[in-house]
Amino acid sequence: MGSGTSTRHHSAFQNAERTFKAAALIQRWYRRYVARLEMRRRCTWSIFQSIEYAGQQDQVKLHDFFSYLMDHFIPSSHNEREFLTRMFTEDRFTQDPEMEKCSDYESIEVPDSYTGPRLSFPLLPDHATALIEAFRLKQQLHARYVLNLLYETKKHLVQLPNINRVSTCYSEEITVCGDLHGQLDDLIFIFYKNGLPSPERSYVFNGDFVDRGKDSVEILMILFAFMLVYPKEFHLNRGNHEDHMVNLRYGFTKEVMNKYKIHGKEILRTLQDVFCWLPLATLIDEKVLILHGGVSDITDLELLDKIERNKIVSTMRCKTRQKSEKQMEEKGKANRKSSAQEPIPWFLPQSRSLPSSPLRLSSYKAHKTNRSSSIPCGGCLDGRELSRQVRSSVELELERCRQQAGLLVTGQKEEASRSASEADSEAGELQKPTQEEWRQVVDILWSDPMAQEGCKANTIRGGGCYFGPDVTQQLLQKYNLQFLIRSHECKPEGYEFCHNRKVLTIFSASNYYEVGSNRGAYVKLGPALTPHIVQYQANKVTNTLTMRQRISRVEESALRALREKLFAHSSDLLSEFKKHDADKVGLITLSDWAAAVESVLHLGLPWRMLRSQLVNSSADNMLEYKSWLKNLAKEQLSHENIQSSLLETLYRNRSNLETIFRIIDSDHSGFISLDEFRQTWKLLSSHMNIDITDDCICDLARSIDFNKDGHIDINEFLEAFRLVEKSCLEGDTSECPQATNAKDSGCNSPGAC
Amino acid sequence: MADEKDREEIIVAEFHKKIKEAFEVFDHESNNTVDVREIGTIIRSLGCCPTEGELHDLIAEVEEEEPTGYIRFEKFLPVMTEILLERRYRPIPEDVLLRAFEVLDSAKRGFLTKDELIKYMTEEDGVSLCRLGW
Repeated sequence: MGSGTSTRHHSAFQNAERTFKAAALIQRWYRRYVARLEMRRRCTWSIFQSIEYAGQQDQVKLHDFFSYLMDHFIPSSHNEREFLTRMFTEDRFTQDPEMEKCSDYESIEVPDSYTGPRLSFPLLPDHATALIEAFRLKQQLHARYVLNLLYETKKHLVQLPNINRVSTCYSEEITVCGDLHGQLDDLIFIFYKNGLPSPERSYVFNGDFVDRGKDSVEILMILFAFMLVYPKEFHLNRGNHEDHMVNLRYGFTKEVMNKYKIHGKEILRTLQDVFCWLPLATLIDEKVLILHGGVSDITDLELLDKIERNKIVSTMRCKTRQKSEKQMEEKGKANRKSSAQEPIPWFLPQSRSLPSSPLRLSSYKAHKTNRSSSIPCGGCLDGRELSRQVRSSVELELERCRQQAGLLVTGQKEEASRSASEADSEAGELQKPTQEEWRQVVDILWSDPMAQEGCKANTIRGGGCYFGPDVTQQLLQKYNLQFLIRSHECKPEGYEFCHNRKVLTIFSASNYYEVGSNRGAYVKLGPALTPHIVQYQANKVTNTLTMRQRISRVEESALRALREKLFAHSSDLLSEFKKHDADKVGLITLSDWAAAVESVLHLGLPWRMLRSQLVNSSADNMLEYKSWLKNLAKEQLSHENIQSSLLETLYRNRSNLETIFRIIDSDHSGFISLDEFRQTWKLLSSHMNIDITDDCICDLARSIDFNKDGHIDINEFLEAFRLVEKSCLEGDTSECPQATNAKDSGCNSPGAC
Repeated sequence: MADEKDREEIIVAEFHKKIKEAFEVFDHESNNTVDVREIGTIIRSLGCCPTEGELHDLIAEVEEEEPTGYIRFEKFLPVMTEILLERRYRPIPEDVLLRAFEVLDSAKRGFLTKDELIKYMTEEDGVSLCRLGW
């Protein structure tokens, strides 16, 4: 600008400059605000996922531990043996192929007062539609029709191949849906938005129909009904949750028993049959492969096509077929167990075949921080080295367990093991799958994709592996496929492409962790097989909230879950904090807090970022840890007379406990005897390294027996914890657990022991 | 003197941990790299408030000689530590923010319409200068 510029130009310029500066400033602020929101969103997500997967790993650990115990443990009395056998027999219901008990449904009377839907076979499309309507109105299908439907479903499934081949030339479009997990609202929404199944509208449901949500039964009824009505157009794949062992923990068993008090057992038994007959995969136009989990570097579709898929009743625990008499003998000599024959328990250096779970998060570094310290990741040790390590760890572990459980060591290993394996073969005439067959199926149902190349053991979830883009490419090339559709993992947007768009994850349970946590999605494939994704979120409330409100809501829920976990580890946290407080001042730095918390919880979360939400800002960046723990407890507890640190232990292990209860309660009565409880707790506590005397266990058992009749009502017991969760803050401080010296943990309150 | 040095070391150590945590949230492949497009989010979530221009300069500083689209942690850490130590790109206090809005609201109505806000927010620094013909 020259000297001839008029003042008007000059001030206009100045104004403009101010305006830009103002706008720039606001932009900066806004971007920072958005960034922080994004960070919070990701942290929340990782909290949910890490807790979910930690739970899954617990589940597997538990099963593996007990399996291992079953194989190697020398019970000191006949009763104990009986108990163990009963607990761990895989085939909980006797397989009776000759007399199909399913036909018993005919004898079930349906009262006139029943107003729910009535089914007659063969089913018509109207029946299936009527089911949806009835369930929408919260009606319940009568047990007779449930069993009838299951019986017909099984008849149909048995005819299907392991890999269903579907063609798009008959129907105009194919819609593929992912995990539903008992969330009926989502299924109804999909049918509403996308249209009901018909000869022109094909559907594939990719597993995990049950568990967690509260309407798993209803979802199964609808899906099976449509499958019977449109057998050529409606397809189901098996998921890892279509498995009675998994159902014990994740809610489906409970749901069935609650809804069907008289016939629940029979329904569950029939379902076990149905689940193992579900196809393993669906192939569209020989180009798009749909399966629940993923693949591995050894996935062999030809082999999968040929195996008898119903032999794999559950992917949780595998008893593989003994190839010869001789090997049966060798099995008795526990020391010379070859790693190739038996799946190796989680706490031993292991081969890839054994479940462990993958946490696929960016922020979760389990495989780096070596969270499950006894599992080395990836790479197989050579056979000899492996069996040497197996042998020594076996002995060590066994010794420790025996000592802690107070049981005697006898020299009768061979006898016990042999009779244990006899028990197994007695329990079921069903031929066992080979190791290789079992592994192939586990890989399909449990694997997750990862960004790096290669294929490594899934150390978090409980099965299968992590597979890289090269594995995908290899498979697609080998079988001349275009891409893979899988589910198994919750995604914030309901779907996610990876491996160069060769793998699509589709997840159909919206609001899976919490209202507002994620969308659901389904994918439609046209004749060109190009995927078209549709997203949704089946909850009206979330639509009225701002993004910030939605994130805050979900965040609150995640933090609550996290605080619960922190409380459950109070004793360990206290001792860890004390290590950082050498001068016994009662204070530690916030940095030490973060380190301590991670070393106890092993969740791999960004604690420093979460800190402001979990710890009230303290002066000088120091934390009074004792009062922090006290406050945590106050939130979590109400006044219960159960002795405090035991309560904390119970609380932490309640998922495990519930699972164990349900395993023990083999007749699904909802009750277990005090004795059974005591024995279970003894085993569990020796495994979990919990230092509790026998007397305390007795007292605990007695205090849980609320009505003093010698039996523990499982649901009552668990209900107590739920009540405890909603506790009042007015709770008496003196009742709250003083997380004092872990040494004199046993008995704090008078009269408890 | 020694005390001060100790304190500085402690502060730096704490910064390092914070930066690492924030970085790891976006390290999807667990190989100590993040997509360059997420750097802005990371820096901002650590409490800084750079302009887009400042951000571009920063990225240039932490990028590889031949940009790969990824930023490595080893390069990011020292730069970010320095930023935190110098308290660079601190957010302006709220009253200044308010005044910024007031500048945009020349008619002193106490609000901005959605269209106005969009217009202001989507213009880069200095673009409109050109429109004035300068």
